[in-house]
Amino acid sequence: MLAYLVKRVFQAIAVMFAISLIGFAIQDNLGDPLRELVGQSVSEEVRQQLRDELGLNDSFMTQYLRFAGNALQGDLGTSYFFKEPALDVILKKLPATLELVMGATLIIVGLSVPLGVYTAIKPNAILSRIIMGVSIIGISIPVFLTAILMIFVFSVEYGWFPSFGRGEVVHVFGSWDTNFLSADGWMHILLPSVALASIMLPLFVRLIRAEMMEVLQSEYVKYAKAKGIRPFRIYFVHALKNTLLPVITVGGVQIGTMVAYTILTETVFQWPGMGFMFLEAVNRVDTPLIVAYLIVVGFIFVVTNTIVDLIYGLVNPTVNLARMGA
Amino acid sequence: MSSLSTNPEPSRLSKAWNSNMAYSFRRNPVAVVSLAIFLIITVMSLLSPLIAPFDPYDPAQIDIMNSEYPPIWVDGSDAQFMLGTDDQGRDLWSTILYGTRLSLLIGLCAVGLQAFLGISIGLISGYVGGRVDSLLMRLADIQLSFSTLMVAIIFLAVTQAMFGSETFNQYAVYFLIAVIGVAEWPQYARTVRATVLAEKKKEYVDSARVLGFGPLRIMVRHILPNSLSPIFVISTVQVANAIISEASLSFLGLGMPPSQPSLGSLISSGFDYIFSGSWWITAIPGVVLVVLVLVINLLGDWMRDILNPKLYKG
Repeated sequence: MLAYLVKRVFQAIAVMFAISLIGFAIQDNLGDPLRELVGQSVSEEVRQQLRDELGLNDSFMTQYLRFAGNALQGDLGTSYFFKEPALDVILKKLPATLELVMGATLIIVGLSVPLGVYTAIKPNAILSRIIMGVSIIGISIPVFLTAILMIFVFSVEYGWFPSFGRGEVVHVFGSWDTNFLSADGWMHILLPSVALASIMLPLFVRLIRAEMMEVLQSEYVKYAKAKGIRPFRIYFVHALKNTLLPVITVGGVQIGTMVAYTILTETVFQWPGMGFMFLEAVNRVDTPLIVAYLIVVGFIFVVTNTIVDLIYGLVNPTVNLARMGA
Repeated sequence: MSSLSTNPEPSRLSKAWNSNMAYSFRRNPVAVVSLAIFLIITVMSLLSPLIAPFDPYDPAQIDIMNSEYPPIWVDGSDAQFMLGTDDQGRDLWSTILYGTRLSLLIGLCAVGLQAFLGISIGLISGYVGGRVDSLLMRLADIQLSFSTLMVAIIFLAVTQAMFGSETFNQYAVYFLIAVIGVAEWPQYARTVRATVLAEKKKEYVDSARVLGFGPLRIMVRHILPNSLSPIFVISTVQVANAIISEASLSFLGLGMPPSQPSLGSLISSGFDYIFSGSWWITAIPGVVLVVLVLVINLLGDWMRDILNPKLYKG
């Protein structure tokens, strides 16, 4: 187990190193920090002097090491637009995005298990066919279109829900304001969460259904039935436990994917999160902020994937850790 | 000798017609309807220069005074614009035809690139094995752990910022194909590798090797044809995903520019007008996009049921 852990962490560090190289290459080639600092009206001589002082004439290696050293200490540069440390800007926007992901996750977890189990137990029931039909339509509608559709129906036509922003938030601590503690906050987060969940929910329903159907064919389920255990107990205690393993793995990877989809939902709902901020940074060519976003998102992906792999190794007794480790 | 020819070899066409797959296809109304709709959309979009009443790329035919006419079944429409006009005064029907062609083109080319990269890497990885295999598969793991959309968004955003939007817009098609094509190769590589590992042990591969054929010939001419069915199944799903990715990227302003709209950028430009009641600029291209992706997904589902040996038994 220890060898596996070390190897997995080592791989994560290697990937973060590659991401930081990409981030630095972007920083090096995109925009001119000097122009952001002093504008156009400075003579060439002063420019050269400033370049020397800022270390912009150093070799690629020296500059990268400086960049990586600063990054390790949490300094990812200063945003040109906000005039604040880029990492602070992102961390301020992070809670909004995380709450969106949390809302969507609640919907997905709450609905996918009962729907998946039901469609697996009664594959030919009319309701199952409807669920499966809706799920393939759900997969075929892009997130942003679901979001637009919901805004059009629930905000423009009926006016039940607000169409943009976070509404009234309650301060928790630090830079974390939450939507979950006020009625207005709930109203604002509902549509974006449903939109974000709409693309993942069908995937999970189908995954749970497929895994469940396979497990229901297995010997131990037949034995449990023969033994006379109540069906409810067989489905939810014996069978479901064994379907959850692949679901956890896929789920962990999908959390990262969901961060990408938040960019789309946040754009449609003008949700003041990281994704919305990133697109604005791109439009303003705010290089430090773009690079910082790349590194933070890369970090989220690497950490979730590493944790999911480790959990998988721990939970699944059939994974041969010795073989995977060394 | 002539007695042998009384029972002629069936033609390729009739062989295909009588095959298992064609039979189950004919028995499955959903698959038939899906294929029909897919073919109609494809043919119409390919013929768009001939059947579209207007040319959305020709500034001479666009008049801003014509903007935001509703479709003909809504009050206040103009009879020459069947589905109404968009915010720039382009005929929506013509623009959708051209846009669908662009979306399909990008989707198919991107999947072609994915397939080429993934199949080559999968064949090499599975056939050569050893260190090459473990290195390539580790790369595939890492690539897969990053969502395609995320990679594409960051790549396109940086490219756009670097080249400026004018140059970017000019080459947007190629950038989109490249980034969607490169980001998804592991899907193919993993599956192809798995089938190669299974096929490699079979006797026909040994006999080909004994006959002195080179590894390249064995991989491409002997192993590849036997790994085609999973490739077909993946390809349909991948085309659907690529079209969705392209639409999403264009919606974010990181894909096709409004001057040469794909379905995604058309929806995006309509989104600004949805609050003023011009729902058709978003809704009609949206419906086309969803129908296109849906029929491809339904075909993919059907194909998975037919070709997947696991499901074939049960």
